Amino acid sequence: MLTRLLSGDTPRSGLLTVLLLIVLVSLAFAPFLFPGTRSLETAARICIFIVLVASYDLLLGYAGIVSFAHTMFFGIGAYGTALALSATGPSYGSLIWGTVAGAVAAAVFALAIGLFSLRVKAIFFAMVTLAVASAFAVLVSQMSWLTGGEDGLNYRIPRALTPAFKLFDEKILGVRINGKLLAYYLVFFVSVILFLAMLRIVNSPFGRTLKAVRDNAFRAEAIGYRVVWYRTTATVLSAVMAALAGSLLAIWLRYTGPATTLSMEIMIDILLMVVIGGMGTLYGAVLGATLFILAQTYLQTLMGVAADATSAVPLFSTLVAPERWLLWLGVLFILSVYFFPSGIVGRLRAGRV
Amino acid sequence: MAKEHPILETRDLTIRFGGHVAVDGVSASFERGSLTAIVGPNGAGKTTYFNLISGQLSATSGAVLLNGEAITRLSVPERTDRGIGRAFQLTNLFPTLSVRENVRLVAQAKARKGFDLFSVAESHVELLERADHVLAEVRLIDKAEQTVAALPHGDQRKLEVALLIALGSQVLMFDEPTAGMSVDEVPVILDLIRKLKSDMDRTILLVEHKMDVIRSLADRIIVLHNGALVADGAPAEVIALPVVQEAYLGKTPDASANSGEAA
Repeated sequence: MLTRLLSGDTPRSGLLTVLLLIVLVSLAFAPFLFPGTRSLETAARICIFIVLVASYDLLLGYAGIVSFAHTMFFGIGAYGTALALSATGPSYGSLIWGTVAGAVAAAVFALAIGLFSLRVKAIFFAMVTLAVASAFAVLVSQMSWLTGGEDGLNYRIPRALTPAFKLFDEKILGVRINGKLLAYYLVFFVSVILFLAMLRIVNSPFGRTLKAVRDNAFRAEAIGYRVVWYRTTATVLSAVMAALAGSLLAIWLRYTGPATTLSMEIMIDILLMVVIGGMGTLYGAVLGATLFILAQTYLQTLMGVAADATSAVPLFSTLVAPERWLLWLGVLFILSVYFFPSGIVGRLRAGRV
Repeated sequence: MAKEHPILETRDLTIRFGGHVAVDGVSASFERGSLTAIVGPNGAGKTTYFNLISGQLSATSGAVLLNGEAITRLSVPERTDRGIGRAFQLTNLFPTLSVRENVRLVAQAKARKGFDLFSVAESHVELLERADHVLAEVRLIDKAEQTVAALPHGDQRKLEVALLIALGSQVLMFDEPTAGMSVDEVPVILDLIRKLKSDMDRTILLVEHKMDVIRSLADRIIVLHNGALVADGAPAEVIALPVVQEAYLGKTPDASANSGEAA
């Protein structure tokens, strides 16, 4: 049953299984295990980014396609939901049509880009996606009458998903069951379903063909696979998944703006998460996204503690001062890429830790 | 009167790269169940001729016909669908995948299941069985789990043939299938090719340099020289022709100058 749910793609490493279970249990019970607004924000971000990073790995790790337009698709999903909620009010109806519209728009865009540029060299596709994504970001910030420009959009979501809504009067396990918690579980369960769906896709005959195309597109053609169509379909699927992740973010934040969805920084974060976790394995997305977001969120705090504790040591305390957290984040990435060139999952499956 | 079409035919097939005519008006037809060896010095256009038939290159002029239908403008996968199978001179496999997966992918392509997104690939038992059946035939079954990149060269050549067997096309094209193989492995490959021809009634085109291989397998030889067809006939006759002695076996001084040309 479990193997079926995982589409036969089990973690195949004891330690990896343990790590994945820790992530799953922590996310499933996050509101109860780590009470507090900040930790819930982090948990929701992790869920959403697992889907986003996994969808990028579908393209990069499985199909071997380098795209810089992934945040654009993420943004299309987020703006779809945001615009629908702004335009037709905070109902479930507008939530659903906005999400569907975002996903369809992402699919159409991806199809157009794919058919236009996947026939030619990989570098050309990468450049086209970069250009289209930049143009899209500029367009969104310029069309402020529609998108709110750089300020983005604030909107209301259905009341049952907001902190003002209380399901029960009493607290359960010391936690109030409010709309924010329901919104978290919406994000969590949709993320789980999307992740399992992607796990099925990469283990389907289609997913196997993608790996063949990645390995040797020339030979894949010669045994009868129409490579362009496989690459284009992979691009479309990945774009739709990214758009759905964007819709989750839009629902969770009740705000959508260029900085949270479209920025090149997020694109680079996604790339790093895929590489750190391990390309060509969706479990890598889980570990990559979790570690990266935890580091991003808590490294600064951790360093603040370290700086206070070592304030007597002059040079060291300056080095670990909280404002230098980005430097240390960079160092961590260089070390992790150096020591785990095939990513954490690749390393764990190879059996040498 | 209805005339039976040859299974494969090339009519005046030509390709130019700039000023260089790599294949120059080659017309030949191939009957079902025949094995034709294509010989010629390096740079004679043998591999280019293959590429024109299987579609990696498009002809400048002329036509390729399969069962009497022109396939000259079709893409590589379309030609594969119609029944042209091709093995490559330089080993050309899926290096990071397992041996079994390489063959399974061919079986999957043939079953047209590539766009199945919703089932688990491993659940298609018939494709795995087909793969294992072919691997047993080429004596690679005990290496089925290995990654192709880790395979010795001889085994990679065997796998190359295995992919064609799994494809089971009407026309099978082998480009120096025994190149770089050890002496004791060569007969294994030759037996497989012979079996494909006799048991499965396939039409086989073979580019080969080794005369003993050609003598033991081919019922016909065509000779290419500077892109043009210069001889066509039964092995014994063709080998005896002066033009072949000159062009292919290098009996005259100017043959060495020709062999330096690029394809």
